[in-house]
Amino acid sequence: MEKFVSEQFPIIVSSVSKSYTTGKTVVKALDNISFEVEKGSLFGLIGPDGAGKTTLFRILTSLLLFDTGRAWVDGFDVITGYKEIRKRIGYMPGRFSLYTDLTVQENLNFFASIFETTIEENYDLIKGIYAQIEPFKNRRAGKLSGGMKQKLALSCALIHRPSVLFLDEPTTGVDAVSRKEFWDMLQALKNEGITILVSTPYMDEANLCDKVALIQAGRILGINTPQHITQSFAKTIYRVKNGNMHALLQEARHWDFTEQVYPFGEYHHVVIRQGSPEPQFPAGIDAGKIHPGIEDVFIDLMRNNEQ
Amino acid sequence: MKQFYHFIIKEFYHIFRDQKTLLILLGMPMAQIVIFGFALSNEVKNAHITIVNQSNSAASVKLVQKIESSKYFEIYNQSTQTTDIEKMFRKGSIKIALVIPPDFDKAILAQNSSRLQIISDATDPNVATTLTAYLSIIVAEFQKETNQPNSIPYTIDVETRMMYNPQLKGAYNFVPGVMAMVLLLVCTLMTSLTVVKEKELGNMEILLASPVNPLIIILAKAVPYLLLSIINIITILLLSYFILDVPINGSLVLLFLVSILFILVSLALGLLISSVTGSQKAAMFISLIVMFLPTVMFSGFIFPIENMPLPLRVISNIIPAKWYFIIVKSVMIKGLGLAVIWKEVLILTGMMLFFFTMAIKKFKIRLS
Repeated sequence: MEKFVSEQFPIIVSSVSKSYTTGKTVVKALDNISFEVEKGSLFGLIGPDGAGKTTLFRILTSLLLFDTGRAWVDGFDVITGYKEIRKRIGYMPGRFSLYTDLTVQENLNFFASIFETTIEENYDLIKGIYAQIEPFKNRRAGKLSGGMKQKLALSCALIHRPSVLFLDEPTTGVDAVSRKEFWDMLQALKNEGITILVSTPYMDEANLCDKVALIQAGRILGINTPQHITQSFAKTIYRVKNGNMHALLQEARHWDFTEQVYPFGEYHHVVIRQGSPEPQFPAGIDAGKIHPGIEDVFIDLMRNNEQ
Repeated sequence: MKQFYHFIIKEFYHIFRDQKTLLILLGMPMAQIVIFGFALSNEVKNAHITIVNQSNSAASVKLVQKIESSKYFEIYNQSTQTTDIEKMFRKGSIKIALVIPPDFDKAILAQNSSRLQIISDATDPNVATTLTAYLSIIVAEFQKETNQPNSIPYTIDVETRMMYNPQLKGAYNFVPGVMAMVLLLVCTLMTSLTVVKEKELGNMEILLASPVNPLIIILAKAVPYLLLSIINIITILLLSYFILDVPINGSLVLLFLVSILFILVSLALGLLISSVTGSQKAAMFISLIVMFLPTVMFSGFIFPIENMPLPLRVISNIIPAKWYFIIVKSVMIKGLGLAVIWKEVLILTGMMLFFFTMAIKKFKIRLS
């Protein structure tokens, strides 16, 4: 049974909790987290800074012990089977962790050698990514731009053809064009059959995942496909706009039917209190009902979690 | 094996690309040898002396000439008044003063005995003692020469022989000391820093999430510094042999082998420090304060261990540099062989094994 489960779900997390003690205060980094990631899928972990994403990544990459619960990667327990797991996974930490004083090629060579493989052996897998930085292969990694660093780090994490890929905030600090390119690359890797767990603080990237989990303050607030998450959202949302957006934000907070209001691009989004009648907006306000986006759902979930 | 090879190549890239550090590592032994050899020394030379010559006779002039010709003293001034002596001591312009009384000449001739007064500045007791002894020796020699024609009933001639270092050169003592210091700095400090640096910069996070054996990570860090240290030993030995005229009386091969043993001890210590610390600051603090300072104090290189109270003498036994210092002095200066130093070699080997085992045991296979 377990073997079957692990074949279908390369990542299984079951009731994992982890707390840190700093001085006398105990901080709960992860609070009873459970989820599974299906084979060959792209699973997104969306949450603000400090939500516990990195802690979860370190637990799954066998780098951190935890208090309670169990977790398996590729069928191996992350604590007892750490040696096996370390052979099979690719890990790209949130911080650029390659050697800045080594060139692009030297870094790739080195990481190929520690996984006991060569660049040539798996070149077809990284070709699409590495080809873009190959013209700079004799440049020191520390002198690359943010986007190029990410591509190099991804190449190094893939050089041994891992079955599961862990990417901790790969697009943080990367420009919009490079971000889009990066997600395109992930889609291509998914098609190679690699299971990918990726975390990001950007909610707009959630739509690019097969499944997302929203994590905040160490708790998972919801897990589903991006489409399902927005479809199952029960609340009504209006977008409002007028000449003085700042004053409007203050004003909107005091309307009877307002449950919550927040700036959203050039509009403010007003979440309507459940059970209220059809809202009547004051004159001079450009208001319209909208389909809630994934961001609206997350903002609502996070607000409820904080209370 | 291939992993290990690539790791070592990578370590050499790190070292060669940080040229400032490399320059310091290779230049440090030269600088230390030059500084200790020519600037810092506890030999007393050209000490300023004032001579109050109230006698001004043939005998006293001869004595003054004898003092003047010695390399230990340089005559600051001569007078017939004792009044200025204290002023000169206070200003620090002289270290020692010799007073020759008015009847110096006559007393020698008439009574076969005379008196001289030596006054010295004892703010630095070692220098004062040394200078007083030197001056007394000069006076004694002078006395012997003057007495020659009309010999006294009997004399005792003390023949002193300074074994292994007849010229009493400080270099014989500090070259082994500098070797211990340099090797400890390069090996312990640099290896602990380089491992901890990877922890700080996050490189360790990827290395740990890979199938690399921790033993490979640790040993690969040590190899380049082993080679650098061997270069340093060669530099030190060449400089001290050709510039400071320190002989290598024993077997050069043995000297090299024991030095490599000491390097391994220091490397193991550095790796142990890096295994238990998480930041470069902490590693530096432990290497310098906890390791380097006791090495300077308890190796016997600057302060003789025999003079220390018992608790400190006991502590000195756990300092690896103490044993290395004894070995180098025995092999290099006294020309002794393994038959004499086997005990020290055994102690160092034990320390090396202990530190390496601890370093590997304490190496964290996870982040914490």
